Amino acid sequence: MIATLQFTTLLLAVIVCRATQDYAYKDVEEPTLGDSQYGSLWPLPQKVEMSTVAFKLSGASFQIVDAKESSSGASCSLLQNAYRRYDEYIFPISRMQGQNKEKAFASDVSELQVWITSADSECDSYPSVTSDESYELTVDSPVAVLKAPKVWGALRGLETFSQLVYEDEYGAKSINRTEIQDFPRFAHRGLLLDTSRHFLPIKVILANLEAMAWNKFNVFHWHIVDDPSFPYMSRTFPQLSQQGAYHPYTHVYTPSDVKMIIEFARLRGIRVVSEFDTPGHTQSWGKGQKDLLTPCYSGASPSGSFGPVNPILNTTYDFMAMFFKEVSTVFPDAYIHLGGDEVDFSCWKSNPDIQKFMAQQGFGTDYSKLESFYIQRLLDIVTTTNKGYMIWQEVFDNGVKLKSDTVVHVWMGNKFEEELQKVTEAGFTTILSAPWYLDYISYGQDWQKYYKVEPLIFNGTDAQKKLVVGGEACLWGEYVDATNLTPRLWPRASAVGERLWSDKDVKDTNDAYSLAPQRETYSEPLFTGYCAHEYKGV
Amino acid sequence: MIATLQFTTLLLAVIVCRATQDYAYKDVEEPTLGDSQYGSLWPLPQKVEMSTVAFKLSGASFQIVDAKESSSGASCSLLQNAYRRYDEYIFPISRMQGQNKEKAFASDVSELQVWITSADSECDSYPSVTSDESYELTVDSPVAVLKAPKVWGALRGLETFSQLVYEDEYGAKSINRTEIQDFPRFAHRGLLLDTSRHFLPIKVILANLEAMAWNKFNVFHWHIVDDPSFPYMSRTFPQLSQQGAYHPYTHVYTPSDVKMIIEFARLRGIRVVSEFDTPGHTQSWGKGQKDLLTPCYSGASPSGSFGPVNPILNTTYDFMAMFFKEVSTVFPDAYIHLGGDEVDFSCWKSNPDIQKFMAQQGFGTDYSKLESFYIQRLLDIVTTTNKGYMIWQEVFDNGVKLKADTLIHVWKGNQQQYQAEMARVTASGYHTLLSTPWYLNRISYGQDWQAAYKADPQDFNGTDAQKKLVVGGEACLWGEYVDATNLTPRLWPRASAVGERLWSDKDVKDTNDAYSRLTKHRCRMVQRGIPAEPLFTGYCAHEYKGV
Repeated sequence: MIATLQFTTLLLAVIVCRATQDYAYKDVEEPTLGDSQYGSLWPLPQKVEMSTVAFKLSGASFQIVDAKESSSGASCSLLQNAYRRYDEYIFPISRMQGQNKEKAFASDVSELQVWITSADSECDSYPSVTSDESYELTVDSPVAVLKAPKVWGALRGLETFSQLVYEDEYGAKSINRTEIQDFPRFAHRGLLLDTSRHFLPIKVILANLEAMAWNKFNVFHWHIVDDPSFPYMSRTFPQLSQQGAYHPYTHVYTPSDVKMIIEFARLRGIRVVSEFDTPGHTQSWGKGQKDLLTPCYSGASPSGSFGPVNPILNTTYDFMAMFFKEVSTVFPDAYIHLGGDEVDFSCWKSNPDIQKFMAQQGFGTDYSKLESFYIQRLLDIVTTTNKGYMIWQEVFDNGVKLKSDTVVHVWMGNKFEEELQKVTEAGFTTILSAPWYLDYISYGQDWQKYYKVEPLIFNGTDAQKKLVVGGEACLWGEYVDATNLTPRLWPRASAVGERLWSDKDVKDTNDAYSLAPQRETYSEPLFTGYCAHEYKGV
Repeated sequence: MIATLQFTTLLLAVIVCRATQDYAYKDVEEPTLGDSQYGSLWPLPQKVEMSTVAFKLSGASFQIVDAKESSSGASCSLLQNAYRRYDEYIFPISRMQGQNKEKAFASDVSELQVWITSADSECDSYPSVTSDESYELTVDSPVAVLKAPKVWGALRGLETFSQLVYEDEYGAKSINRTEIQDFPRFAHRGLLLDTSRHFLPIKVILANLEAMAWNKFNVFHWHIVDDPSFPYMSRTFPQLSQQGAYHPYTHVYTPSDVKMIIEFARLRGIRVVSEFDTPGHTQSWGKGQKDLLTPCYSGASPSGSFGPVNPILNTTYDFMAMFFKEVSTVFPDAYIHLGGDEVDFSCWKSNPDIQKFMAQQGFGTDYSKLESFYIQRLLDIVTTTNKGYMIWQEVFDNGVKLKADTLIHVWKGNQQQYQAEMARVTASGYHTLLSTPWYLNRISYGQDWQAAYKADPQDFNGTDAQKKLVVGGEACLWGEYVDATNLTPRLWPRASAVGERLWSDKDVKDTNDAYSRLTKHRCRMVQRGIPAEPLFTGYCAHEYKGV
């Protein structure tokens, strides 16, 4: 996929990609490929004024520097790391620093000054749903200026700056006089990867975090465990991965791995939201934690198989309290995703102890009440860790009492508009994934389908619309692993990236089509054609 | 995709693969994953008798050697190259040759003797549709014997032998006492790659030839040029790629590249059949060859765009004669694929010169007659090069007169329609190839390998004589949506399903058994360095490292 962790050395800032229009083959409906007035910008900033006046960037003298007035700079490793990364995207062939530094010509952009305007740059913080990602970029000669209240906006602006750089006909790095004011339309722009159905090597996760930054995504939703395997290595309950992972040490994420992934993401302004889905989707938990799952019965005796988490034992809640206490310290993000989807009642129904408990509680035969009983207690436990929670929509649908800051994750069916309406009517914030299940592949340019989705299309007041904080592209793991994940994801996820960042009126698929082929040198093609710099990692 | 051309160094012979059955997620219908009695064999040989008696292969002493009685051996580079390849698949960690050579134990298999039984081994020949790929493999202690009339069967048998090797619980290379008699059900087992819609780097083509050999494919159908680009560098008409390729030297196949690909394929018993599709699908030809294409008219004047090859000019046929004379020497295979599909008549209709010609010839307004006129002359030209030809089904459908040895390539329609076409083609006495159910570029969610696996090329109404005219089939991966970034995992292991259908007995169709073997086979391909995608949730003991 990608040869090594050479993200920073592989890449060119702007790649001229062409796709031929000579196709006469088969029944393909294609957008027309022209040249967008916005060059290769993706996602499109909120406000762009681009002149035809072009300046050059000299490899010998150009530098990204801290503005004198900036509240952050030389001591901020997040910024310095970012300067290095973007310098290498712009000048992929390594160059001697400082040689000919004085020889800048009048038509050069010799510096990009990065100016953090707010007193607290948040350089050493973790990004959050309220992080300010806005920035203003002025490209002029001899100096370009990137102003942002916080480092998060500076990261987004550096990406934009690098996308403005192109090669002229002689291969010289060039950039046009430009004014950009930019901010995200939605605060939560996520990507879900599933490391349970197939284990994903660290390198694959990091590569995709890198690609996320190029598309201004800011949440990595880590669906870390599920039925098939439990690769999360817990310090408190090491048996969970010892017994529940595909392999006890080659197919696990150690605390060090997790830390590295979180820091790698933070440096790119990306939150890592972990999901520990219960009470369903927990088969792998049962291997390392005795009595956690409900024993299923066949007639009067246990069948040997197990169902969802056993909601009637106190030991279950003791376990969950300790487990989520650990999770809340390992993952610094303010939110944990608690799952809660697709609970199968058949095993609960078969178990005589559960039946007895149902009668005691007066639940009758309504097992969704038992589910709610479990979730309610779980939410109370997680609340004590001072974390907010995200849950899949079923939890809301089943009427579980939720904290007011709960994020309801809408994923089901094609009537997502109705669900968004209901959820926001009830006053909850919500994120949308239903139309963005990228694991469902089909022939042709399905990116257009993802691109055309409008998350705020539902009937509701302005106040309700404001409760939609964003969305997530999901790539569930049944059919993807290290061999095919990255090209399957990109650039299809880029369509979601623009929908969540850019203004809602940015929806011209022809314009988008010419923009979409971009830096990801390992992303699959949109259609027939070629890139000037093709993928070398084969 | 694959890190480099290190196929031969990366790999283990047999990999234990598991996929969990604990899925409770979404509406997936899955075959049951068990253990096949045939281990990880893919495609399944015609006759296998496997005992539970296990022998060991010692890394220090095991060798593949020429049998004393063999008609070929030390001087045959095809065989020696294959020994090296398979030795490295079996023992991926390099080992000192010859150390402890004497220390073979009684329960070891210390040698695989390769015995070419026919006087002419065909070591230095090119494979053809009549090549004998049969072999017999006897695994016993202390010696395993692989007997094959020709080197082609030896190549297939070496692959099978390597698939029999597995690691026991201590990681020791092991193999069970086994008797195999094997031969392909169909002589033509092809894979089409399209290097026009996206240019494929040489490395990608070679990697996929390697994977083809692991799946006993024997034809690389190289759809080398088409509308979008002309990457074939012609010595006679260099302007074709100079003007028609995506880039005049980074996105072309030079004569040296072509030679290398053909030799790499030959060493694996794979034919390279080139396709130069005309008269349609030729937009890129027009860029470097003036007057080759038909000028389209808008009203009374040329519109500036061009249509199919211009069939009414003598210069067209002069060009084709010279061009195909070159192609016939560059590609040694006995067949050339001449295309002939999807000709759009609208441009011809718009052109007044064409209209005049139609009237002169008495074609009326039946433009398929003009198409046939062109194809007929093209076939006559190619016939003078002493090549046979393959053509897409439209040429047959339009009633063009064809040589008796023409191969008709069926690609259109639904199941009912392609089966009817197979019946028609064979009723007319022509040989045929099936591709319709194997358009692997058409992806869908889930385990679509099963649909490919269930299709059978002889499943149509016809006599036994008709069925015998089906020489095989081809999996096609058209290039609109694939290039070096995603081609290989999209192709494998989905193409493997086609590989078994075309090699194994027609009664090999148990999808549960296939699922078990294919899951392991897929992991073996991953281990050997090809990023074959997963069939479902699970993992391989040795996962893909090239990320």
